[in-house]
Amino acid sequence: MEGKQYQLVTCTINGKETQTMVDVRASLTDMLRNDYRMTSVKKGCEVGECGACTVLIDGEAYNSCIYLAVWAEGKRITTVEGLLGPNGELSDIQQAFIDEAAVQCGFCTPGFLMTALEILDSGIEYSDEELRKLLSGHLCRCTGYENIFRAVKKTMLQRLGRI
Amino acid sequence: MVIGKSLPRVDAADKVTGRAKYTDDLCDKGALIAKICHSTIGNGIVKSIDTTEAEKIPGVVKIVTCFDVKEKHYFPTAGHPWSTDPGHQDVADRLVLTERVRFYGDDIAAVVAEDEVAATRAVRALKVEYEEYPVVLDPVEAMKEDAPRIHEAYPDNVLKHTSIRKGNYEEACKEEGLTKVEGWYETPTVQHSHIENFICYCYEEAGRLNLVASTQIPHIIRRIVGQALGMDWGRIRIIKPYIGGGFGNKQDALYEPLCAYLCTQVGGRLVKLDVSREETFACNRVRHAMKFHIISYLRPDGSYAARKLEVYSNQGAYASHGHSIAAKAMGAFPQLYPCDNVECDAYTVFTNRTVAGAMRGYGMPQASFAYESHTDDVCKVMGLDPIAFRRKNLMPAGYVDGFSKNENYFDSFNQCMDKGIEVMDYYRKKEEFKNQSGDIRRGIGMSVFWYNTAVWPISLETSSCRMVLNQDGSVQVQVGETEIGQGADTAYAQMTAEVLGLPFKMVHVVTTQDTDLTPFGTGAYASRQTYTAGFSIRQTGQLLKERILQYAHRLSRMPECNLDIVDGNVVRITDGRVLMALGELATEALYSLEDSQHITSESTYQIKSNAYSFGCCFAEVEVDIPFCRAEVKKIINVHDCGRLINPALAEAQVHGGMSMGIGFGLTETMLYDPKTARVLNNNLLDYKLSTFMDHPRLEADFVENPEPTSAFGTKALGEPPACPVASAIRNAVLDATGVSVNQIPLRPAVLFERFKEEGLI
Repeated sequence: MEGKQYQLVTCTINGKETQTMVDVRASLTDMLRNDYRMTSVKKGCEVGECGACTVLIDGEAYNSCIYLAVWAEGKRITTVEGLLGPNGELSDIQQAFIDEAAVQCGFCTPGFLMTALEILDSGIEYSDEELRKLLSGHLCRCTGYENIFRAVKKTMLQRLGRI
Repeated sequence: MVIGKSLPRVDAADKVTGRAKYTDDLCDKGALIAKICHSTIGNGIVKSIDTTEAEKIPGVVKIVTCFDVKEKHYFPTAGHPWSTDPGHQDVADRLVLTERVRFYGDDIAAVVAEDEVAATRAVRALKVEYEEYPVVLDPVEAMKEDAPRIHEAYPDNVLKHTSIRKGNYEEACKEEGLTKVEGWYETPTVQHSHIENFICYCYEEAGRLNLVASTQIPHIIRRIVGQALGMDWGRIRIIKPYIGGGFGNKQDALYEPLCAYLCTQVGGRLVKLDVSREETFACNRVRHAMKFHIISYLRPDGSYAARKLEVYSNQGAYASHGHSIAAKAMGAFPQLYPCDNVECDAYTVFTNRTVAGAMRGYGMPQASFAYESHTDDVCKVMGLDPIAFRRKNLMPAGYVDGFSKNENYFDSFNQCMDKGIEVMDYYRKKEEFKNQSGDIRRGIGMSVFWYNTAVWPISLETSSCRMVLNQDGSVQVQVGETEIGQGADTAYAQMTAEVLGLPFKMVHVVTTQDTDLTPFGTGAYASRQTYTAGFSIRQTGQLLKERILQYAHRLSRMPECNLDIVDGNVVRITDGRVLMALGELATEALYSLEDSQHITSESTYQIKSNAYSFGCCFAEVEVDIPFCRAEVKKIINVHDCGRLINPALAEAQVHGGMSMGIGFGLTETMLYDPKTARVLNNNLLDYKLSTFMDHPRLEADFVENPEPTSAFGTKALGEPPACPVASAIRNAVLDATGVSVNQIPLRPAVLFERFKEEGLI
């Protein structure tokens, strides 16, 4: 196997401890999609421009396409597959995306959900301008971002007991 | 009533949980990987390709160069319905791999390897020798005698030229007291930038090619792959799962033919062809850049005496959708502002740019920019109020187009404009923004459009539908018109529930199109899905209902004419008594020992009508003159797309189109190296599509005049929202600064030149 090197990566994915050998050149996107079949992690550019591959690493949103799989060693990774409740119930932000018609082709949706989760988990009440800036690492060509904004804002206010 | 309700999308839960499967999610991990070798010249021929070094790379399975493709099956790529009349067929100018290079990034060889790294390394290791010719990027330049030649069959580079003549323009200009207004208007090459790049994979099974593709048009792709490979069309099966946006780019055969061909070259093994973002920009399709030359002669009373239009459409390197786009743009000119004396010419011209095809609006975003910018230029010269001028001159209610027979049944333009005026507080702001000085100025502008819903009578309009009754009384629905993100499946479910008298939840739309299983339909394009599928869904639903009620008659002995289905129950309408649940009937029908029936229906509806869709955009901008920046502060689109099937999804559709329109007007343009024709900004960092930060709240409103020709009263909304936005913004900049900027996007480099010319800076 000329030119290839493998390394064992142990990490927690959606609450489950996992271990696999990865090509040291592989991105976290590749590992999650190919080794763990977490296909909610989408590839739109593979250079960190579109945000479709965003996952949470120790609670922080990252473009997994520009994060090496080997860096995930010892980390806690969350993808959209990990958002459902114990009985399969949708999380508040997933439900808000449905209710606010924030989903169209759906390809950018999982990435947006992960960044939204980071925002919501902070417990901070952001202004409209701040929310827009925090979400601006994601590109969407279907929605004009309008309903995504509504969904995130509504969930933020709900969590903070404002509505 | 299920129609008209903002029900949640049928696919939303799958899409927020990651369960919705797109092409790459379905492909087996063991697939061989194909990578394309793209030319690094913009015009010329491939002299040789040395594969020696590439062959040595471990993991390489097969290298195919343009010289290896012995059977030359030229094929057309446009996602149009096939025509059995050779005169109406699309231009067949593509090969799966080509020796004759016509754009920077043309497909000259391909590598199939065990993994992506090996495939990519092998492509890089190919040694290509070219004979290079000069390039041309501009359609007007390409029409000159000494311009570089691109297609041997088109020595003047003109793919097609068509004209419209009405009255006598030359004579009519001579009328006394006319004012002449003239302008050139220019729109950029832009790319669809759906977030899922094109991808497909192909494998052989039972002697047939099975191709799973991110396409809008599975049934059309089957035909094109057959043509490209010289195979019987029945030996090809296309499957279309969820797709991550299309916007017209995937209304073209992109790399399905090449992937299928490569599959045949490796013994039918599974081959995946996944293109990069960079390839999506340089080697897929783009929107035609157009140049418009408009001359209008106006009478002192503000009416048009004579008008002239020339359109130069930049086709790029291959014919794709070709002249149909410029022709559509031209066709709008005499219809939007009817005038007795009109002379129009449209030229579609080959250049060495990226191949232009269909993109949301099919010529109308370009046309709307030119025509509606010109309208405000006319108003400025004549000293007229832009709204009053439009009320006087726009296509009036009752107008019928001689060719399409489309009729403007209502006073939609005025109704839409009235809503826009109110929401924007238009006249107050118009007054407030008068006589501004200083570096920062505000302005308000607007623009209108009309749009044809479907493609009749230019092309075939047909839709087929299949419905199957399940044991529990629920119904599966299949149509060939694809879900591409717009929400079509949800609209189909609502229509089906309406026709059959079922609760919404008892309708299951089969979202995947599979040419083996899905009834024939040509796919998602134009703004036709709800309009065209509406006919076949209504007709097929009625057939199914008839069969259900026949069976209900057998079970109940009640006369069929007294039976109906209401909320999932068979009901005697004379007294409203529920006779049985549909589920009971369906179970009995399937398992009956006396009379077992699988209750289904299937039918085709050929649509021989079309419908005008109307709307407008109002925009308020703030212009920073020293920084040459225009920012949209408030914006609204108002549409009359007939009856709304699902208001929330309609609104969402408008938002997306507006966002795309703002990008078209302010930031998006593909830049080309003039020497090599290479795309300079082939990525999402340097190509500026709108982000979360780039526009204000998007407002959408509707006027609902049920379209009389439509099965559910609905008509075009998919593309229209993108059409009027750029010109509304441009007219707002004119209002703010007094400067007419006739080239989009209105980025600082463009504004700087114009502000300098006009002495603002």
